[in-house]
Amino acid sequence: MPFKRYVEIGRVALVNYGKDYGRLVVIVDVIDQNRALVDAPDMVRTQMNFKRLSLTDIKIDIKRVPKKKTLIKAMQEADVQGKWEKSSWGRKLIVQKKRASLNDFDRFKLMLAKIKRGGIIRQELAKLKKEAASS
Amino acid sequence: MAPKTTRNPDLIRGIGKYSRSKMYHKRGLWAIKAKNGGKFPHHDPKPKPTDASEKPPKFYPADDVKKPLVNKRKPKPTKLRSSITPGTVLIILTGRFKGKRVVFLKQLPSGLLLITGPFKINGVPLRRVNQSYVIATSTKVDISGVSVEKFDDKYFSQKAEKKKKKKGEGEFFESEKVENVLPQEKKDDQKSVDAALIKSIEAVSDLKTYLGARFSLKSGMKPHELVF
Repeated sequence: MPFKRYVEIGRVALVNYGKDYGRLVVIVDVIDQNRALVDAPDMVRTQMNFKRLSLTDIKIDIKRVPKKKTLIKAMQEADVQGKWEKSSWGRKLIVQKKRASLNDFDRFKLMLAKIKRGGIIRQELAKLKKEAASS
Repeated sequence: MAPKTTRNPDLIRGIGKYSRSKMYHKRGLWAIKAKNGGKFPHHDPKPKPTDASEKPPKFYPADDVKKPLVNKRKPKPTKLRSSITPGTVLIILTGRFKGKRVVFLKQLPSGLLLITGPFKINGVPLRRVNQSYVIATSTKVDISGVSVEKFDDKYFSQKAEKKKKKKGEGEFFESEKVENVLPQEKKDDQKSVDAALIKSIEAVSDLKTYLGARFSLKSGMKPHELVF
């Protein structure tokens, strides 16, 4: 099976370690086998080890080491943030964050809602079973 | 303040450079003495008010009776954790009511927290707890309608029991049973507090069932990462 995501200029990656943990960055240059130069609208351009980067499906069209302004413009045109939040990976992270921020009462309400949902599902399932048995 | 300097520098620890008489001249004590007519000025201690009712003892005690040292230290009032404010829902961690979610009413002068279940909802009465045995949640209940002025530490103190008389052998076995019942007035207090509280609790949906349920850790819940 061929690879689908390549380390290339314009590839959007997620930082999975260190102080920039969880940030979406763009690879703007490849320094060597181990490191890339990465940039994002709200950070200073730095080099980063590939071990710290998880490549995403998103790729934007930029030249090598663009200016901040052109980078931001390219990211907005490609709608990187929107695409990320729509992708299942990004959605999962949003859900994770949301769940972690719930307080005790919210968790309790969530539990009640889950019970309610389970009850409705069971009712519907029983209806379908009855139909299947009668026909 | 200027640093304190001495006229008599130490040669080694405890031994000054100058003798006592030399220091007497250096400090200018002779001048003070001369000014006051050959005596150091001093304040006469105030004469103690003699207590007429107190009779002088007939004899002196043979041994010296040691007086306890005067201790003027007053303990600082307990700081209330900033996350706990009147109306906060607390989770009790220890004791009979562990895991119960209760409502904080106020801090008593002793530093203990006055809480109530309310009793009607989860069986926790008006009670004092130490704040180190609770978790404060971010949920708040509106307690503006509840009056808690009458509750203080004295309200919760146990009444001193009468000392038991010595019993004879026959009475020893038939020990009298004192029924430990809650006085009616305390029950009424509980009711009046609960009535106002339950009204504001019922205004928020699901809050009543929330307070009625116990808190417990389930698998996968990491208490250090939870937000309360």
